[in-house]
Amino acid sequence: MASATLPSATLSSPTNLLPTRTVLFLRYLRRNKSLLIGLLLLLFLIAFTLSGFVTLDLKQAYPLTVKTKQPPSAEFLLGTDFFGRNLHAAMVVGLWQTALIGVLAGAIGTLIGVVLGFTSAYFGGFLDTAIKGFCQILTPIPVFLIQVIIAGSIDKRDVTIYTMAFIVLLLAWMGPTLIVRSQVLTMKERQFVSVAKLSGVGDLGIIFGEILPNLLPFIAAAFVTQVFAAVFASFYLAVLGLGPLREPLLGNTIWAAQTQSAFFNGWWWWPFAPAIALVLILGSLALVNMGLDELANPRIRRTE
Amino acid sequence: MTIMFIVRRFLFLILVIWSASTITFFIPRISSRNPIRERFAALARTGGFSPQDMEAIVASYNTKFGLDKPLMEQYFAYIASVARFDMGVSLNKFPRTVMQLIGDSLPWTISLLLVTTILSFVIGNLLGAIAAWPRAPQWVRTVATPFVLLQGFPPVLMGILLLFFIGYRLKLAPLGSAYSTGVIPNWSDWSFLLDVLHHQLLPGLALILGSVGGWVLSMRGMGITIQGEDYVNYAEHKGLSNYVIFRDYYLRNALLPQVTGVALALGSVVTSGIVVESQFGLPGLGRVLQEAISSNDFMVIYGVVLFITIAVATLMVFVELLYPLLDPRIRQD
Repeated sequence: MASATLPSATLSSPTNLLPTRTVLFLRYLRRNKSLLIGLLLLLFLIAFTLSGFVTLDLKQAYPLTVKTKQPPSAEFLLGTDFFGRNLHAAMVVGLWQTALIGVLAGAIGTLIGVVLGFTSAYFGGFLDTAIKGFCQILTPIPVFLIQVIIAGSIDKRDVTIYTMAFIVLLLAWMGPTLIVRSQVLTMKERQFVSVAKLSGVGDLGIIFGEILPNLLPFIAAAFVTQVFAAVFASFYLAVLGLGPLREPLLGNTIWAAQTQSAFFNGWWWWPFAPAIALVLILGSLALVNMGLDELANPRIRRTE
Repeated sequence: MTIMFIVRRFLFLILVIWSASTITFFIPRISSRNPIRERFAALARTGGFSPQDMEAIVASYNTKFGLDKPLMEQYFAYIASVARFDMGVSLNKFPRTVMQLIGDSLPWTISLLLVTTILSFVIGNLLGAIAAWPRAPQWVRTVATPFVLLQGFPPVLMGILLLFFIGYRLKLAPLGSAYSTGVIPNWSDWSFLLDVLHHQLLPGLALILGSVGGWVLSMRGMGITIQGEDYVNYAEHKGLSNYVIFRDYYLRNALLPQVTGVALALGSVVTSGIVVESQFGLPGLGRVLQEAISSNDFMVIYGVVLFITIAVATLMVFVELLYPLLDPRIRQD
């Protein structure tokens, strides 16, 4: 009797106790603190931007729309600047534009990197040598300086958010290519790939069925790294005055505040708001990246 | 074998410099901008000379700088001039050459970056080593760990926060520029030196705080790997004091890979340095670059960028050459 009831008990109780995927994910987040805090920060930034889109008049992100040089108040939450922009609206538009540049350059750069990394590592040959050589030569050259040359060669009146994304994208594929390449190189020697090969799976089947799924955490981490790098690069370019000057991109606002000596004139809120916004963006991306690293490479957990 | 290695690294360095010069030559020519024409168009608006005169001046300049020659000829002339460290003349401060502008500003940049990089390397690696050292006092580890969060924090943002809290609120440091206005630079005067140091405080702090986190993080990881090694266990069983184990067995071995880290970090150190300099209005390379950008002085932009690229690549190769000397196990051949 006992042997007959036991299986039914073990069968029925797990279905009640088995946690759903969401619960499992939330439990994982409780262990992976940096991923949790990073995602919460990102959610906060998204909520701030979306609420701004709904409640604010976004025309006020552009010059000569509101009273100038107002400190933060109930009417202008983050104050207004020398050119008559509502900084709250400028932050909302700036966050959206910064995110656009980051995600565009990050996504396309990672995609190109995955394709190049796979072909380079899996098929080897001339392409592998060319990509490796190209990356080796460019490694000692600071990427930012190449971006300065490119951005400096474009007429400032032509620079838009998409030009910025393109400038950042031009070299954004290098990092992901090298990461994917090295991972594929180790992975294609693993036994499960040999087994798949022996059982007659084609190249595409091995790439998409065997290697790619195992690489997803690495690719996700590379994507977040690239978004971080793109936000960082576009910020630095804008701070040097190479950004799209008419747009309230976060770096541009800081550049404008600097050229008008905002601190010296006592308009402290002007550079302060975009600086805090950038700290939150870059901080959340760095935390998410650390969390994904841990997901991709559980051995890092030892360092906790 | 070592000679061969050095020769190979130098050939690689020349290859890198050649690639960088090629990039700075061709990218500006892909775009449709003509620096000299733009410069004179701006002058014509303010100065009011006739279009015919302008065409004549542009033509004479084109002949003078060889801009009317075929592209490949220009390219070879450019490479030859780079090899002679001749980066052309400034369009904005005309008689002055780009190398003169760089020469004036370089001491500021080098002193700032050298001091901040050494300080952040020392502080970061010590904190990272302590954060990973199990026998370190608990309070030291608690203090060291939060610095990891500073990793990847752009020094420019740190600069704004420092300017706000220390410069603007507490009024403990000046808000920018290299020395107080109205002071005549006199390097043998102590009060002038102190004034300069006072003005370097915030930019220096911003650069240190912005780069220290990366060292803490990588050193902590390195320390965790090292403390499981057999030679550390052996040293413990020999009964050596904690301090000796820390210094001679743990820190020394963990530090080796960090030296390679210096070479890899050079690019971002220089990048941040430039932007922070332009932010604080220090008379270094950063401000030369920023002024050139805002006044469309293309020759200076390209010259400064190429100069920095060559400097960084050269330094990287030198650090790499240093590495086998530090770690005899590595015979790079």
